[in-house]
Parts: sequence; structure tokens; C-alpha cells
Amino acid sequence: MQASLIPYILVARRLGIALITLIIVSFAVFFATDLLPGDVAEILMGQAATPEAVAGLREAMGLNQPAFLRFLGWLGGLFTGDLGTSYVNQMPVADLIGGRLANSLKLAGVTTAVSVPLALFLGITAAMWRGSAYDRMVTALTITVISVPEFMVATLAVLIFAVWLKWLPALSFGAEVGTFWALLKAYTMPVITLTFVVSAQMIRMTRAALIETIDTPYVEMARLKGAGRIRQVLRHALPNALGPIANAMALSLSYLVGGVIIVETIFNYPGVAKLMVDAVATRDLPLIQSCAMIFCVSYLTLITLADLVAILSNPRLRR
Amino acid sequence: MPDASQPLVTVRDLHIGAVTDSGRQVEIIKGVSFDIRPGEFVALIGESGSGKTTIALSLMGYCRPGCSIAGGTVTLDGRDVTAMSEADRAELRGTEVSYVPQSAAAAFNPSKRIMDQVVEITGIHRLMPRAEAEAKAVSLFRALALPQPETIGRRYPHQVSGGQLQRLAAAMALIGGPKLVIFDEPTTALDVTTQIEVLRAFKAVVQKGGVSGVYVSHDLAVVAQIADRIIVLKGGEIQEENTTPKILTEARHPYTRALLAAVDPVPHQPRSIAGLQPRPPILEAIDLHAGYGTFQNGEPAVKVLKNINFRLERGRNLGVIGESGSGKSTLARAVSGILPPYRGAVLLDGHELDGDLKERRKEDLRRMQIVFQLADTALNPAQTVGSILARPLKFYHGLRGAARDARVDALLDMVHLPAALKYRLPRELSGGQKQRVNLARALAAEPELILCDEITSALDTVVAAAILKLLEELQSELNLSYMFISHDLSTVEAICDDVLVMYKGEVVEELPAARMSAEAAHPYSKLLISSVPQIDPGWLDSLDQDPELLAAFSRR
Repeated sequence: MQASLIPYILVARRLGIALITLIIVSFAVFFATDLLPGDVAEILMGQAATPEAVAGLREAMGLNQPAFLRFLGWLGGLFTGDLGTSYVNQMPVADLIGGRLANSLKLAGVTTAVSVPLALFLGITAAMWRGSAYDRMVTALTITVISVPEFMVATLAVLIFAVWLKWLPALSFGAEVGTFWALLKAYTMPVITLTFVVSAQMIRMTRAALIETIDTPYVEMARLKGAGRIRQVLRHALPNALGPIANAMALSLSYLVGGVIIVETIFNYPGVAKLMVDAVATRDLPLIQSCAMIFCVSYLTLITLADLVAILSNPRLRR
Repeated sequence: MPDASQPLVTVRDLHIGAVTDSGRQVEIIKGVSFDIRPGEFVALIGESGSGKTTIALSLMGYCRPGCSIAGGTVTLDGRDVTAMSEADRAELRGTEVSYVPQSAAAAFNPSKRIMDQVVEITGIHRLMPRAEAEAKAVSLFRALALPQPETIGRRYPHQVSGGQLQRLAAAMALIGGPKLVIFDEPTTALDVTTQIEVLRAFKAVVQKGGVSGVYVSHDLAVVAQIADRIIVLKGGEIQEENTTPKILTEARHPYTRALLAAVDPVPHQPRSIAGLQPRPPILEAIDLHAGYGTFQNGEPAVKVLKNINFRLERGRNLGVIGESGSGKSTLARAVSGILPPYRGAVLLDGHELDGDLKERRKEDLRRMQIVFQLADTALNPAQTVGSILARPLKFYHGLRGAARDARVDALLDMVHLPAALKYRLPRELSGGQKQRVNLARALAAEPELILCDEITSALDTVVAAAILKLLEELQSELNLSYMFISHDLSTVEAICDDVLVMYKGEVVEELPAARMSAEAAHPYSKLLISSVPQIDPGWLDSLDQDPELLAAFSRR
């Protein structure tokens, strides 16, 4: 009876750790942004502001309160869905982010749907025929892709597909997306670029994790039972490599929410990353904090999910 | 139905090559030929590196990565497996010839249920419907004397014991009704009391089914119980081949004789301590308790050692025997202070030592040294033998420069290694050489007492016998005392004066090593001593152990 509870305890403990990490991260985000140079009130009032006016504004914005109290207020707001008000255009941060986040998640979702199956397929097949010409080709390709910076891939894609071939629109957003075909065209280039960036690492890690399990005695045993190569790999090796593969995937995919600023900029794609860079330029603290928290939350979610996969795919922990 | 006069397996002039890490081509099997008749059990025996597993696997048309069959033929039931395609060989595996691995614990997939793995062969080769296969598996479980045969298949590999897994692996090998079963050291990783059950179960099912068997092992006594014929291998060549009784009685080849001698060592001659001044024992343990885990009320969560008392007189040797989990290694850790005991005392030469290693005086540390089982992990792979030995010389004796170099040479000479070896890295040495370096490092401190934790267990029998001889020599030269921990009774017999028998963290009996079997009174010691395989081929069949006793003490 006790033993059947173990997986739930492990999962609950893992989720608890995620929550504690989140609180620590929010602490770090808040105080790191607080250290940013420049006084918000001064920036907002402009150069002509009198000291009294600046002081009044500071008072009105609650900036004179101790930092820890402001942190608690902000954290409380976060948990109740109130992300604060933008300093710059007085709009609720939630409204500013809302549309952008949807855009980012859409791009991340499409890229995930393309890159994960692709990476799994290439990683598994390369491991299956390790040492073959095919394996060497995949390995060489992934190393090439890792070494080429993403702005290079993106710029080349624009140059080739939009400028020379004129197949695809150069800008993703603002293009006509009335039909499915148009949508596909609009997303193709950013998705290709991002897939290039995130799959390479996933392919390498999938291949490495799988090769490690292929070399174990139980896979050799399967072979000596007469199992074919596909059965050896998919039935015997893969289930035992799921943990490390899921973690490699989570690390790569976490990049899709926060790390895509270059791709968003080149394709003029209005996502969260671009919003955050703009917010830094205007010292819009609530916006910066909220964006940072979104990146951290998405990263944490992915890593937690990967750990849960690792826990649940291991019968020693499950039972 | 094969003709009984025709061999089932014919191996002719088999050559197997391997590519080393540095890309060099070497031949590891150099022209081996032998036959196996239907229903016959043939043993391949030899030390590690003799090529016995490589030959056995080649009967399935399989070579480990990096190896390949370079020449010769392996004919199984009239078909040459060396000339087949990989797909045809896969057809053969599990149905015609099957494999019982050395470590079933590693060969079972940790993430799949046992039953799925046992019946997998019938699924791969479409031999029978799943329900029929499971029924056959359950009857095999029963024949192999596994507990709860109906439900054991629903468990995962980590939920059953090592001895059970090994028998489950045999069921997995037999499910497809093979003509030949390859047993690759299937009992090496087991305790002796478990080994008996497993050997009996193997013998029973194989004899009943009329299948042929190949039994790969380094243990002549085990092989003597199960094989009709023995092939002795060394360096990839057959040294000697004969029926089991003839090998045991009329061995011609010196290597076979060395193997036989290693099984039956010369009993230890106790050194005379009469005439010496009475001194306190070099080591004494009083009411020692130790355990692992978090402490509560001064006691750890997992209590391993309970109430251990013993005395080791100067110049004598104390053996500690017991099966895995009996707490014998924990005893070495508790005595040496690596795992501080939570109750009781350790006395060195009459004065009490601090329980914790960190609190002990350097002088006390110097007098008591420990040598671990695996020289591979105990020696720093990045340091040369010379610097490994130089460190304790500097630490304990403050030696440096030419004096230190001279002492390193002397230490190597003491363990019979050439001085030139000091420039080598541990990985460039053989297993026996590494263990000698490991020993030399302990000697560098100039100790009076050495705790030897299974130091010969990872070595081949002949190499281990040489290490034991070295230990005796060193003892008379340097006036050492040993506390010698081992699961192997014949090793302990060869070097010790007295023996502690441990079971579940307690000393159940203390016996004189030379008269262990005669004087054993505790039921567990009797069981343990009677379970050690004897070289007599009829030993297993005539062995009469109380089944209730066996059930009570071997954790099935």
C-alpha cells in the first residue's frame, strides 16, 4: 500500500521544488531589475521636471517604500494575475503581454510540433545505424547547424526565399494570413530558422542517450533473443533513455519562449522577447519584470515536465 | 530430429579478430576446433581474456562490437552460422540456440515486466500465442523452483533477488525450446548458498529437456558438477580437452594443474607466537555497532552491525566470511573509522581509537591500513604508479627526493613488480599487477595491521593464489597481521588462523580456519561451509542440505 504512494510523493516533491525555485527566481528578478540604473520617476517626468514633481511622482508610485514591501506587493499581484501597470503607456502589463505571449506561444508551438518529431526521428535513426554513412552525415549536419549563428540562418533564409525566389513573405507579421496557405507561408521562415537552432542539440542528445542504452547488456540480450534492430532500439533501449531525452528536449525548447529575440527581430515578429527588449529601452520596470517571469516560468515548466517524464518512465521510481 | 551420432555443434579452426582502441588488429581466438553432441554438456573454462565467452557467443553467430569472425566455421545442426546473413542468425537465436547471461541483473531490461521479457522470444519468432507462452513460462518457473511461479512474472526485475533473476534468465532461454543453451558464468555473481539452488535447477531442467549446453566458467569446482566434458582455454587457444573425470584426475597441461591447485589451496600454517612477550592484541573490537542513515536518539536508521566482538592477536590472521549483505565490508569500514561506529570500541594494540577516522592520530592511521577490493577504482587513474606510492611515503614518513624514490623501488620489489613499472599508469597494468600496487601502497605506511576487503575476489584463480602467497611472504618478513574479508571460504582457509562467520550483521560463530567444517556448530556456518563447491563431480548430487535450513537462511 505504502509503495503505491511513492510515485505521487516523488511527483509532489518535484512540484514543490519547482514552486520554491519559482519564488527564489521571482526574488532574483525583482531585485535585479531594481538595481537597473536610472530613476523611473526622473525618466518619466523628462528633463524639465522640478525635484518636487519628481518626489511627488515617486511618492504616488510607491517607490519610496522599502524594496522588500514592494516585492511582496508585486509577488502578491503576480499570484492574483495583476502584473501591474506599465510606467510608459499606463496600460495594464497583462494587456500588453497578452497578445504578444499568444504570438510567441503560437510560434513556439508550431516549431515544437516540427522540431521534436524531426529531432527524435534523426536522433533515433542515427543511433540505430551508428557508425554508418547516414549517422556520420546526420552528425556532421547537426554540428554545422550548431556552429552557424541563428541570425545568419535567418538572414540567409530571407535572402533566398523572400528576396531571390520570392516564395515567402519577408515579414511574418502583417502579412496576409487569411487562408491556411498564407498562414503556412508566413510561419515557414521563422519556424525553419528556429527548428535549425533547437533541433541540432536535441538530435545530438537523443543519439547520445540512446547509444548509451544500446550498449547495455539488456539490449545485447534482446539481440541474442533474436530481436531485430528496430525492436532492440524502440522496445528495449528507448524506454530507458526517455529521462535524459526529455531533459535535453526541455532545455532546447525553453529557448523558444525567451531566447528568440533575434529571430523575432529579423522577421519583425511581435513576440514577448521583442517586447522585453523594448521595455528595457524605456525602463518600463513592471513590463521587464513580467516578461522575465514569463521566461522563467516557461523554463521551469519545461524542466519540471521533463523530470516528471523521467520519474514516471522509471518503474523503480513508479512502483 | 538430429541424429544422435552426429554432433549438434561443430566448430572448425575458428579465428576471431578484434580491433583495439588504438585501431590495431589482434587475433583473440586462434584456431579453435571442438564438437558438441546432442544432449551433451560442455564446459569452456579459463581465466579472463582466455576467449571463453567470445567462443560461446560465436555459436550464436554473434560477436561483441569490435570483434569479427575472421575464419573457420561454426556449424549448428547442419548449418554454418558464420556464412549466414544477420536476419537468418536472428531466426536462430532463441529458437535453436539461446543464452543465459553472466549477470541477469544487467541483462533484464529494468523498465519492462519480467513476464514480457521471458516470453518475448515466442513473440519475436511467432512460436505460440501469448497465453500459451505464459503458461509455458509459469511451468518453467515451477521447474526452476521459483517462488510464486504464477505471479512472479508480473514483477519488475528490481523486485526479485539475484538468484531468482538468474533462474528467470534460464526460463527466458528455455522458452523457445532451443537445442543448445549457452550458460555464460551464470552463477559467478551469486552467493554460494544461492549458487547451489541455481545449479540444481539448471541441471534438472536441462537434463529433462535433453538439450545440449555450453557452460562458460572460471570455476573448476562448479563446472565439475554440471559438465560432461571440459575444454580448458588460455590465450584464445585450447590447452586441453577431456571428459570431466579425466580432467580432474589426469590433467596433463600445466595450466590445468595450476587451476586445480588454486581450487584446493594449501592450508595456512599458523605462525608460532609462543616465546614472544605477551602483548595486547593488535586489534580488538568490543560490542561494536554501526549503521547508515540519519541518526535518531544516537542510533542510525539502518543498523548494519550488531554487537561485534573479536580479538586479533599480533602476527595472526583473522578471516571474516559471509554472503553479500552480511555486513563484512561494513565491519572493515567501521574498524577503519570510515564509517564511525555508533556504539562500542575499537582497540589498536590495547588503546582505544576514536570512532571517527578524522579524529585519529596520524600514528594510529599509519599502523592500520586498508586495501580495497577493486584496484581499478582505488588507484587514481591519472597518477603514475610511482606517484601513487610516493604520496603515503611523504604523508606518513616525510620522505622526499632520492630517499623517497629508493623506497618506491623497494616497495615495488616487495610486491614482486619490476621498478620500471613506476612510470606506468594504473590502466597500463594487468588486474593482478594493479592489486599488487594497491597492496604496496598500504605497505608504504609500514603498517602493523592490514584490513584486506575482498582483495582477491575480482582476480582470476591463479592470479589470486599468487597474491595470497605474496601476503604470506610479506607477513613473515614484516611481522604483519591481516584482517581478511572474503566471501570465498577456500581463500580464507588459505591465509587465516581464525574465522568469523557473519550473518545479517552479527558474528554467528568464531572458528579455527583449519577445522572450519569439523567444528562448525551454528546452522548457518554449517550451511555456508557445506555449500562451497567441491571438485568431486558427484558433490552436488550427493549434497544433502536441510531444505528448511536453506529456506531460512538464503533469502530467496
